[in-house]
Amino acid sequence: MFGNIINWIDERIPMTRVWNMHIAQYPAPKNFNFWYLFGSLAILVLVNQIITGIWLTMNFVPSAEGAFASVEYIMRDVEYGWLLRYLHSTGASAFFIVVYLHMFRGMIYGSYQKPRELLWLFGMFIFLALMAEAFMGYLLPWGQMSFWGAQVIISLFGAIPVIGDDLTLWIRGDYVISGATLNRFFALHVIALPLVLVILVFLHIVALHEVGSNNPDGVEIKRKKGTVAEEDKPKFKFHEYYTSKKDIVDAIPFHPYYTVKDVLGVAGFLILFCWVVFFVPEMNGFFLEAPNFEAANPLKTPEHIFPVWYFTPFYAILRAIPNKLLGVVAMGASIVVLALLPWIDRGKVKSIRYRCGFHKINIAQFVVTFVILGWIGATPQTDFKTLLSQITTVTYFMFFVLLFVYSKNEKTKPLPTRLTK
Amino acid sequence: MSNAPVDNGRRRFLTIATSVVGGVGAAGAAVPFIASWNPSERAKSAGAPVEVDISKLEPGQLIRVEWRGKPVWVVSRTPKMLEQMKAHEDMLRDPASEEPQQLDSAKNPYRSKRPEIFVAVGICTHLGCSPGFLQGGFGEKVEGTDDGFFCPCHGSKFDMAGRVFQSVPAPLNLEIPPYTFIDDTTILVGEEEGVA
Amino acid sequence: MMKKLIIGLFALLPTFAMAAGPSVPLMEAGNDLTDKASLQRGAKLFMNYCLGCHQMQYQRYERTFRDIGIPTDIGQQQLIFDGSKVGSHIKNSIKKEDAAKWFGAAPPDLTLVARVRGTDWIYTYLKSFYKDESRPFGVNNIIFPSVGMPHVLQELQGLPTPITEQVDEHGHTVTKVVGTQTDGSGELSTDEYDQAARDITNFLAYVGEPSRLESEAIGYKVLGFLVILFILAFFLKKEYWRDVH
Repeated sequence: MFGNIINWIDERIPMTRVWNMHIAQYPAPKNFNFWYLFGSLAILVLVNQIITGIWLTMNFVPSAEGAFASVEYIMRDVEYGWLLRYLHSTGASAFFIVVYLHMFRGMIYGSYQKPRELLWLFGMFIFLALMAEAFMGYLLPWGQMSFWGAQVIISLFGAIPVIGDDLTLWIRGDYVISGATLNRFFALHVIALPLVLVILVFLHIVALHEVGSNNPDGVEIKRKKGTVAEEDKPKFKFHEYYTSKKDIVDAIPFHPYYTVKDVLGVAGFLILFCWVVFFVPEMNGFFLEAPNFEAANPLKTPEHIFPVWYFTPFYAILRAIPNKLLGVVAMGASIVVLALLPWIDRGKVKSIRYRCGFHKINIAQFVVTFVILGWIGATPQTDFKTLLSQITTVTYFMFFVLLFVYSKNEKTKPLPTRLTK
Repeated sequence: MSNAPVDNGRRRFLTIATSVVGGVGAAGAAVPFIASWNPSERAKSAGAPVEVDISKLEPGQLIRVEWRGKPVWVVSRTPKMLEQMKAHEDMLRDPASEEPQQLDSAKNPYRSKRPEIFVAVGICTHLGCSPGFLQGGFGEKVEGTDDGFFCPCHGSKFDMAGRVFQSVPAPLNLEIPPYTFIDDTTILVGEEEGVA
Repeated sequence: MMKKLIIGLFALLPTFAMAAGPSVPLMEAGNDLTDKASLQRGAKLFMNYCLGCHQMQYQRYERTFRDIGIPTDIGQQQLIFDGSKVGSHIKNSIKKEDAAKWFGAAPPDLTLVARVRGTDWIYTYLKSFYKDESRPFGVNNIIFPSVGMPHVLQELQGLPTPITEQVDEHGHTVTKVVGTQTDGSGELSTDEYDQAARDITNFLAYVGEPSRLESEAIGYKVLGFLVILFILAFFLKKEYWRDVH
């Protein structure tokens, strides 16, 4: 009976084939570690954002007059409205946490290198769409930070020569941030950008499954046909789509091995996530900023305004440069340069495990730089911090410059022929 | 479809246990989403009990008040109306109000707490239209009964106690809301002693 | 190395805390959301002394009474002064324009003040009024200089006199108010007034986030459940991965 239903469906849509090709018989390297959990977690958070987002729109009023009150209506009058809202607001920060860790994983294991350049680029587009999505979403509660944060960020476009002022006016649809801005941001936040995000995620996964996952050793599991001895081949059955073109070593099927591992990762993630949602949704002012509990007031700027934490490293680069146009250019460049990593890194060895000691130092300094920039962007400016932000802006870009230089003739350790562990 | 070479009891048990616990979790996670569709505090506040002043209600007159967004009728029935109601009981679907369309306090021939004052939700039990009050003009619908309610949408007919006639689309008598007489001239619609 | 990095990242977190704030250290509010008696006293004080000017336009009476344990009919009789229905928002009838004329600016809505300012700030604010004849209402506030409202709790606290200190600021010696001293004219003792200030703070904290206690009650259950799921998933993963290792 059950088999008949499956057959009936399979004759009409390739359900079993897709399941086998991409899940049950998809060859994944057997040595994924902790860092490989963040891709599936990002999907989990995306789903959370979409579902809680849909539920929030059921009671949110996208108008300058009604937005702030409608959020408080959700928080107070709607049954479990507070939970839906906290899931969404915490989810926004969680999204960036897992995406940053996911990107960092790609950096340390060289997952952007050939043949995964396009995969990396799709990822960067997801990151860009996510930043736009988060920025527009942050305007919607119509609090003081929503309003003034959007005011500042949109003003950045004013730095563009010639068309800058007209462009900012066009984006806002008014002389200041107003209900018109709120309405168009609402439309983009709830319909356009989620659609773009979902499509990009789909393409990201399609590209991933075509080239196959990288792994902590950075050694390919797909070998030239006929080069792998029979006894070295894994005991598992993989889809012929992969085995017909290449010989595969050290792989395990995604399901059940990585599905059970991801379930474990999801449970662990949810423990942290729910702890924030139920106990500290404001996260000490990082996930929900105190001034945003005051309705937007176009006549009064809050004493200190900062973007939410996930934008602060880039915001700090902007502030480090005492020239509006150059600051905007530097901020843009700090993101573009990440997208260019596949071409900046000229090394042949992917994983940090087998690269030179200098590369390890360089990555470590990049992490420290990123954290310092994030801290500076989230706190009031002082002379010392301005200097520090200028230094770290330089070290941020130095990471890429140095990488470009030393990766050409890098002294690497010998690669293992098979995956370790 | 499992690709695992080993299959044993422990594995089966853990798979089922994790699936069941995960399923319970998913069901639990659905609760807030489902519950959020219930009437909010705002809707409840707007749907709070309504006081109706009937001191100026004349015999035979009907007034409409809004309770939870629905029309509620308050009618002062004349002795003639009360008398005529007894005559057509054999033509009704549910003359004794057996169906739970009212609280026990209104489960009587007049379907009301006081015979002369009739309170009902003015919404046809067929598809939700609001019937019209044919005062003195109901005789052409039902012979021998001068007053009644007639639904313009599909022709359902109700007598002066909101009881539905046979061979019309509406299946049930009109709903009687909970109500309380605060004093002789004030009714509180939406709340009844001992009833939430 | 990775583990150290993560730990290092988390270690940095607390230092991020909001640097904004007054130069005077805040007093610790020490309020307790589970203390219903305190919340009820706070509600009564708010309705009597604050609501005349400050609204809670997003919060409803009925929900408030239910959450802090006041029976609806008693709340209706004793805490709703303008005859509002119990389901309505906690509002007053001052017109914004009038208020702006009287006080220079419309008194802010207080529904979310505890989330904007924090409970310690509110508690300190309530305890930092002092006599200052130069101000229109005859009072000033240490952490809210040139405050635009009178000391509405004066009948309770009395009118404290300022304690001043000579402080060196950018090379100039200036007189600064660093504390207050009771003048003994209030109905309450110092301790009693502290408790009253704490009660109001507690009530404002509750109204700022009425779902707080419910959230934590559910949170413990959710976390407990997730730990069970995690343990099961751990053994499930281990069991399957025997095939690989």
